[in-house]
Amino acid sequence: MDTDTIAAISTPTGEGAIAIVRLSGDDAVSRANELFQGKDLTTVDSHTMHYGKLLDPETGEIAEEVMASVMRAPKTFTREDIVEINCHGGLVSVNRVLEIVLAQGARLAEPGEFTKRAFLNGRIDLSQAEAVMDLIRAKTDRAMNVALKQMDGRLSVLIQNLRQKLLETLAQVEVNIDYPEYDDVEEMTNDIMQEKTAEVRDEIENLLQTAKQGKILREGLATAIIGRPNVGKSSLMNTLVHENKAIVTEVPGTTRDVIEEYVNVRGVPLRLVDTAGIRETEDIVERIGVERSRQVLTEADLILLVLNYGDELTEEDVKLFEAARDMNMIVLLNKTDLDQKIDIERVKELAGDNPVISTSLIQEEGIDQLENAISSTFFEGEIDSGDMTYVSNVRHVQLLKQSKQALEDAREGMEMGVPIDVVQIDVTRTWELLGEIVGDTVGESLIDELFSQFCLGK
Amino acid sequence: MTYDAGHYDVIVIGAGHAGVEAAAASARRGAKTLMLSLNLDMIAFMPCNPSIGGPAKGIVVREVDALGGLMGRVIDKTHIQMRLLNTRKGPAVRALRAQADKPLYLKEMKRLLENQENLTLRQGMVEKILVEDDQVKGVVTETKAAYYAPSVIVTTGTFMRGRVIIGDLSYESGPNNQRPTVTLSEQLEELGIEMVRFKTGTPMRVNSHTIDYSKTEIQPGETEPRSFSYETTEFITDQIPCWLTYTNETTHEVINENLGLSPMYSGMIKGTGPRYCPSIEDKVVRFNDKPRHQIFLEPEGRDTEEVYVQGLSTSLPEYVQKQMMETVPGLENAEIMRAGYAIEYDSVVPTQLWPTLETKQIDGLFTAGQINGTSGYEEAAGQGLMAGINAAAKTLDLEPLILDRSEGYIGVMIDDLVTKGTREPYRLLTSRAEFRLMLRHDNADLRLTEKGYELGLIPEERYNRFTEKRRKIEEEKKRLENEIVKATEDVQDIVKESGTTPLKEAVRASDLLRRPEIDYSYIERLTPSDIALTADEKEQVEIQIKYSGYIKKSLEQIEKMRNMESKKIPDYIDYDAIQGLASEAADRLKAVQPLSVGQASRVSGVNPADISILLVYIEQGNVARVSG
Ligand SMILES: Cc1cc2nc3c(=O)[nH]c(=O)nc-3n(C[C@H](O)[C@H](O)[C@H](O)COP(=O)(O)OP(=O)(O)OC[C@H]3O[C@@H](n4cnc5c(N)ncnc54)[C@H](O)[C@@H]3O)c2cc1C
Ligand SMILES: Nc1nc2c(ncn2[C@@H]2O[C@H](COP(=O)(O)OP(=O)(O)O)[C@@H](O)[C@H]2O)c(=O)[nH]1
Ligand SMILES: [Mg+2]
Repeated sequence: MDTDTIAAISTPTGEGAIAIVRLSGDDAVSRANELFQGKDLTTVDSHTMHYGKLLDPETGEIAEEVMASVMRAPKTFTREDIVEINCHGGLVSVNRVLEIVLAQGARLAEPGEFTKRAFLNGRIDLSQAEAVMDLIRAKTDRAMNVALKQMDGRLSVLIQNLRQKLLETLAQVEVNIDYPEYDDVEEMTNDIMQEKTAEVRDEIENLLQTAKQGKILREGLATAIIGRPNVGKSSLMNTLVHENKAIVTEVPGTTRDVIEEYVNVRGVPLRLVDTAGIRETEDIVERIGVERSRQVLTEADLILLVLNYGDELTEEDVKLFEAARDMNMIVLLNKTDLDQKIDIERVKELAGDNPVISTSLIQEEGIDQLENAISSTFFEGEIDSGDMTYVSNVRHVQLLKQSKQALEDAREGMEMGVPIDVVQIDVTRTWELLGEIVGDTVGESLIDELFSQFCLGK
Repeated sequence: MTYDAGHYDVIVIGAGHAGVEAAAASARRGAKTLMLSLNLDMIAFMPCNPSIGGPAKGIVVREVDALGGLMGRVIDKTHIQMRLLNTRKGPAVRALRAQADKPLYLKEMKRLLENQENLTLRQGMVEKILVEDDQVKGVVTETKAAYYAPSVIVTTGTFMRGRVIIGDLSYESGPNNQRPTVTLSEQLEELGIEMVRFKTGTPMRVNSHTIDYSKTEIQPGETEPRSFSYETTEFITDQIPCWLTYTNETTHEVINENLGLSPMYSGMIKGTGPRYCPSIEDKVVRFNDKPRHQIFLEPEGRDTEEVYVQGLSTSLPEYVQKQMMETVPGLENAEIMRAGYAIEYDSVVPTQLWPTLETKQIDGLFTAGQINGTSGYEEAAGQGLMAGINAAAKTLDLEPLILDRSEGYIGVMIDDLVTKGTREPYRLLTSRAEFRLMLRHDNADLRLTEKGYELGLIPEERYNRFTEKRRKIEEEKKRLENEIVKATEDVQDIVKESGTTPLKEAVRASDLLRRPEIDYSYIERLTPSDIALTADEKEQVEIQIKYSGYIKKSLEQIEKMRNMESKKIPDYIDYDAIQGLASEAADRLKAVQPLSVGQASRVSGVNPADISILLVYIEQGNVARVSG
């Protein structure tokens, strides 16, 4: 049987405080271990659970706090080595963990594949075999339905167009190879190929970007509220939550200093994070909070920087402006009910292009303006979510990433002077991968293209 | 009444490109073989272009040769021109093409066959195949000679209920006015074998004396000695050129005005033609924005004045053919010696065959060549060889030979045919091979000689030469992987000469060879080998090292494919009884009867979920057997 390592979310989505991503296969433990900061999972006893942190292999940063259970073959469900990564139950965390595991090299499990492996490895008894086959069928059908529903019609068209572009390029390469004596077919050179593949790569890149945007829509725009103590951060959070229906309320995590709330502001889902306040401090407990805050800050999609209207601008305020530089930021001048002490000109200077909104949270003033600013930051005025193509399915994202990689390989080959018919292997691979997204990998299309596009023969 | 004309292990009907390879391979495997054909002066006749090889096809010729076949050896002795194609491209798609001396090719082929041990040649028209209880017994000719054998290979090409069509003229005929075969076609149908009607065509031949070559461009051969066969040691150096001219708007006007007279457009032709060999009228209609089409003038041999007009394949009336030529520079006064024509014929739907090319319906009955829906001499030769090997194996109870898609274009072709079938005459193209970097022209011997030797198709002496070559290549590769080239001044000079950037520090010779600008000749100067390597061996070392990254990727994919290929489907499988299998998939699988899960996954209409279910079902059987 294949023993490559497969992975999938094994708890029902969106339910429960804890979710599990399960890996199974010969190198499940070593793969998990590479991502895991904590005990060396390759040496721990079987059937034990360990606290640690999961690193994102792309950035090398800590992504999630998790508990990893290691279970070694054969006493496991699949009779292969299994690692179960337990993380926070929200969609965000568990998807993130799955993506990380896949990025590290595990393959997304087919529907019913764990059960299939369990069966093939003799774990499930014979009488259950037919049930397994029914399960695969049912799960496959359902997954297909879900995938189809998730797949925007526009996405499908887009992918088809990309494939067509590649196909035309491929056909031209093929025709040069199979009919070298025809002088009226333009020779497909590395230059033309570079150009065509660049177009496709860019579009794939765009799609992957929309995957990020799609993710924002699903998971919320990570919004950090920062400011000195007492400027009104918690009040702002309360106001936004109170004004807007909270979608999900997450249990405050293991950190006591960061609180998350999900709210929907004019169609923009926000994941609000109230930080403990960023400032230099010697207090050890506070420091952990500050570290977290800095991290929150770098991961945020949007910063709400709160200043006190009734106070002079301090050194600390300026530092906060610096920390948030180059990020999407909205500056709030809170407590306008107090006498102005702040230097507004200076604030506008520091804020640069970012909007500056005046509020009095206590008197519920300026909140409309704030919400408008939030909404236009995300939609940039003209983008209406109805017109966007989002890639949201994890499998699609995975395939797009692989397509991009294959195309990069092709381009690297071209740069190194590899002959075009060899480079073509990777271009063909890209075409096939894109085909998997739209469920079309019929092999004859290239030959059809060849003969419809070019005039060949005796 | 029939008379008993003799008993054989294998009978081959037909002596076309499939028939000759089948007969020779069967005889070489040790089977007492009879080859029966309509006309022994027409052995390995080329009814169309005087050319062998080309992309993909030329690689097949090499594969046939690596398995001891004839085509390569014969063309090496009888060509008027040979060229290596795609030299400016990568190694995966290079291929040889030869212009054949047609009459000489026939003669040389006949000579080889006459001297083949275990092989008997007989002229005769086979009227009927003897079948009892779905088992082949032999054949009967129209002169009532009955020959008996447990295995029979049918390679009757385009003769099956052949019908020639020129304009509104149409008559029953094989190619080139040879007698057609009607009864065999009918009998196959009666035996329950499904047939389809295909068509192909050929251009006119003209007299060389009547061509004005001054209005055409010369296409010379190459002086470099080249050969298809790994056995060839003598090379033909005096090469005869071909010539290039073009159609023009006036030619296209003539064609357009007379389209109504074309049997293609009048509906007279019903068979499906190949897209890659369209007639000139097809080209003009389908690509009406093209101002001109190429025409190659190819001599049919050294001792004949007939010239093949490549590019003007047509079934328009003869006088229109004449008018057409009058518009083409160089052909204004050309005299037609034979007119172009189209031919329609029956062929077997190839999904009815096992990968050994034996029919599923009739035990011991094999088919090979154009009768299986392919087109082309090389495609025919490749199948003939395999059918010969396997028919002999069947009778003598030896190992059959099935090549997979990573082992050869022959494997790709046969897998395509028996797994997917074909809706038009099938031609090999490099794009049909997913592992074409592995299926190179230069490594056909490395891929197949071992197998050929194991099956007794390759003589000891040749095998020894081969293993010596393989050893030298491996040794040299190993040496280059270990050899360090220091960045001395002398070295830098040579490195610079190649146009690549100078060395920053010492490098491994193999890494240096991976640079695009560096070929083996530079490596040789930088670090000469102790052993003398031939040009072929050097090329091999260079390709294997230079493309090692891509080769490794291909090998990984091949590994995956083999894994699925190794999961055999038991022949007693009942697809209807498999719960969860989509009914369309079950129907297709019942029809194709794939031997492995890998093959099943390539059947159209079978999706990945069906394959998962099939896997579980098969493993279930294994589990049952183990625990029971
Ligand atoms: C007009 C024409 C145009 C073509 N054009 C092209 C082209 O452009 N490109 C291309 O690649 N290929 C072309 N082909 C196809 C190519 O010629 C064939 O693919 C190839 O010759 C097939 O080889 P074969 O051995 O299968 O059959 P054939 O070469 O047809 O040989 C059949 C053999 O069977 C014998 N035979 C038939 N019936 C009987 C019988 N009842 N008893 C005994 N012997 C019998 C015949 O005498 C002959 O020896 C063309 C063929 C024709 C006829
Ligand atoms: N006058 C005035 N007081 C405010 C306003 N917003 C918040 N406050 C008060 O400022 C204090 C600190 O607020 P809090 O939200 O806890 O600030 P944090 O420390 O930044 O989270 C509280 O007493 C609030 O009631 C405002 O707009 N005007
Ligand atoms: Mg607070």
